[in-house]
Formats: sequence, structure tokens, C-alpha cells
Amino acid sequence: MTPPPKVSIRGLSMRFPTDGSVIEVLSSIDLEVKDGELVCILGPSGCGKSTLLNIVGGFLKATSGAVLIDEQEVAGPDPRRIFVFQERGVFPWLTVEGNVGFGLFRLGAAERAERIAYYVKLVGLSGFENAYPQELSGGMKQRLEVARALAVNPDVLFLDEPFGALDSITRLVMRSELLRIRRAEKKTILFVTHDIDESVQLADRVVVMSTRPATIRRIVEIDMSHPRDLSSPRYIALRDLLLGEIGLAHKI
Amino acid sequence: MKRLLPFSATAALLIVWFLAAHRQVSGLFPDPLQVLKGLLELLRRGLLAKYVVASLFRVTWGYSLAVVTAIPLGLLLGWYKRGERALNPLLQLLRPISPLAWIPISILWFGVGDVAAIFLIFLASFLPLTAAAMNAVRNVPPTLLRAGRNFGLSNPRLLVDVILPAALPQLIVALRISLGVAWLVVVAAEMIAVNSGLGFLIVDARNAGNRYDLVVAGMVMIGLIGLVLDLGMQQLEKMKALKWGYGS
Repeated sequence: MTPPPKVSIRGLSMRFPTDGSVIEVLSSIDLEVKDGELVCILGPSGCGKSTLLNIVGGFLKATSGAVLIDEQEVAGPDPRRIFVFQERGVFPWLTVEGNVGFGLFRLGAAERAERIAYYVKLVGLSGFENAYPQELSGGMKQRLEVARALAVNPDVLFLDEPFGALDSITRLVMRSELLRIRRAEKKTILFVTHDIDESVQLADRVVVMSTRPATIRRIVEIDMSHPRDLSSPRYIALRDLLLGEIGLAHKI
Repeated sequence: MKRLLPFSATAALLIVWFLAAHRQVSGLFPDPLQVLKGLLELLRRGLLAKYVVASLFRVTWGYSLAVVTAIPLGLLLGWYKRGERALNPLLQLLRPISPLAWIPISILWFGVGDVAAIFLIFLASFLPLTAAAMNAVRNVPPTLLRAGRNFGLSNPRLLVDVILPAALPQLIVALRISLGVAWLVVVAAEMIAVNSGLGFLIVDARNAGNRYDLVVAGMVMIGLIGLVLDLGMQQLEKMKALKWGYGS
């Protein structure tokens, strides 16, 4: 018997009324994500993939269809499933420690301090415990937000183009950091991106979305083990396959 | 030289003032030295301390009452859109009315005395502070609200742990501006509604024998205290937990 999926999206559609007309953003999306799987949702900017993630996260209500997590319908945001925004989500008035401990208000002081110390170290922010976000670089802010999410021990993470605002070198470093953290903390991860390389480097499966109204064009399994060789024929073949699916030629 | 620069305009004014005072015909307008003597006379007679304390007492009460009522009200109105829609038109209607226009009514309600003056200061600070708190809530980035909700915060906790700190930099600016306004209004209120304080000193000195040296002495004190109050509020903006809100 196969275990039930962690996340199950069933016949999901989303329509926004605008003045006079109705815009269909998502059209009958069906997707199942296994426990512990890292799924990248890949699509061009503005295709509705963020809307999809917001619905799965419980921040938006779909026009029709349902999202089930652990076979329970999602009714709203939940601390068991944390959404990570592009670095802007950290609280600027709190220090690194304050941010990481933000979601731990139900714990006693000792356990709280222990968890803060652990996750600050895990994301490589040791020595910056008392720094404020404005004193950190973009990459560090992003790590901070990931640490704050992990500290409450969620079983699902939603990442909405988390590295989109970083420079390309920091972005590469952050991807390998994410994979390292994932080895330490097994989480189910839904990762929205418009970056084809990012999806091939990170994902177990890549869900390719079409332009509006977004539907699932194809789901591509990335059958490569970590660490992935970015110049191997398989990597290039998968990247070209995704490029083709997105509808772009191989040459610029 | 650089350290003297901030004082150069003041020094120039003092010199021009001194020269002008000695060229006048009427002889009523005092020169800076006479004003200094006036200040010393007030100090000797114990009036300076008494009037400064009286003015600060009224501002402290009127302003504090406004802060503790306007900030929670403004935060709630900003949070509950319906409340804002119900009350905002009234607030916008009352705001353009100068606090000074309320002087007759405040005397009618509270009589001549401290309460009338405190009421005027309260009004002058309350309306802008409420509006500022309301706006500050509306400007809280939605990502921060969503992050707070995601971690399972109840509405009251969200207000205290996310909305208030996110709105605080803007609130501090509003607090600073409205303290300045409160200090302007106390002088005006004291000219009419009471018989003590720096505002009263100015009117009284003129009425009781054209003592313009004391009039200007009162003005100088008002300026100095206003400056000290503003510098104090400015210190708040330098706090690390607030600095993020003021750009770089």
C-alpha cells in the first residue's frame, strides 16, 4: 500500500473579478506531493504559480477545487506549514535571535533559547545573534527567514522565489545551503521559481506551468542524485527539456 | 570654525537686533541685554520656574491623555476597516478646525483654568495622532502581517507583536510633530484661558505696563523648551529597533 500524499491539490481553479470581466488565473490544477519531496513549480513570471502557492498555504481561497494536507482540507495559514517570502518577510525591528524565536512563543524560555541557538547555527548566522536585519546582507536575511521557518518545526515549507532578489553567486550558494539544510531536516518543500536551472538543481520533480490561465503542462522527474553535476549530459538534457516545455529555443 | 557654524545665524540676529533696538524711536522694543535682565528678574521673583512648570504641567497632561487614547484608537481603526469607514469622515471634518477655535467652547465647558487648557492641548494632539496611527497600520507591509498569521498569532497578539512594532517608526514621527503642536497650543491657551504659564506671562507683561523685555523673555523660554522637547523626541528615532523605518 502506498502512503497517502502529503499535499494533494484537486481540481483547483482561481478566477479574479476585475472591472467588468473575470480573469482566470488557475485552471483545474491536479497535483500530489509525497512526504519529504522537493517539488519545484516552474513557470514564466505572472503565470499564477505564486497564486497557487498562496492557496496551498491557506492565504487565499480558491474559486473551486480543494487542497488537502495530511488528508485534511486547508482552511487557513497554519504554523505546521510555513511560507518563506523573498527576504522581505523578516521582522526588521527584531534581532536575528528575536526573528528566529518569533514563532516559539508557546515554548518555555530554556527550550526557546536552545532552539534559537540550534537554528542560528544551522543556517550559518552564528556571531550575528544580536544583529538587526538592516545590518545583514540579502543572503543572510534569506537564511534568517529560513531559520525562523524551521524553528517552529513545520512539516511543509512553501518557498516563493526565495532567492529571486539575490545576486547569481549568492543564489548558487543559497541553493546548496537549502539542500544541506534539507538533509538535516527532512521537510516537504514546494518551491516556486521562474529559473529553469534552479529547478533542475533542486527538485525531485519539476511541475511546468503554462501561461495564463495556468495549467500543468508537464511534470518532469529529475532522476539525478545529489550533489548534481551541472555539466553532466543528463543535467543539460533535463534543462533543455524544460526549456523546450517553457517554449524557448536553446539559443539566444 | 565648523563648530561655530550652527551658532552663526543666531549670533548675527542678536547683533542686528541689538543695533535695531538702539535706533528705534519709541523705546519700547528691548535689546537682547534687557531681555536677559528680564529673564534674571523673572528668575529672582520665582516666576520663571513657576510659569515653566505650569506650562509643562498642562502639556504633559493634555499630550499624555491624547497619546494613550489616540494611539490605541488609531491602531484599531486602521485594523478594522469598518471602524475607519465609520469614523474617518468625522475625523477629517474636525481636523481642519484649529484647536484655538475651541477656546470659547472649552472655557464654556470647563471654566477658566487648567482643565480648559489641558482640553485644548488634548484636542490638538488627539486628532493628528489618531489619523497618523490609522495610516501607520495601513502602511504595514502585508508580508509581515502574513508572516505573523502564519506563525499562528491571534488577532490581539498580531496587533501587539507585528502591527505596533511595524507602525512604530511612523508613530514616533507623529508623536514628535504633535508634541511640537501641543507646545504651540499651550501658549495660545494660556493667553486666554488661565492666569499662569508662559503664554500668560507674555500677555500679562504687555498689559501690565508694556514690559516688552518680559514679553521677549517669555518667547525665548518657549523657544528653548520647545527645542529641548524636540531633541528628546529625536533621540527616540535613533533606537536600533526603530532605525529601520527611516531609510538610511
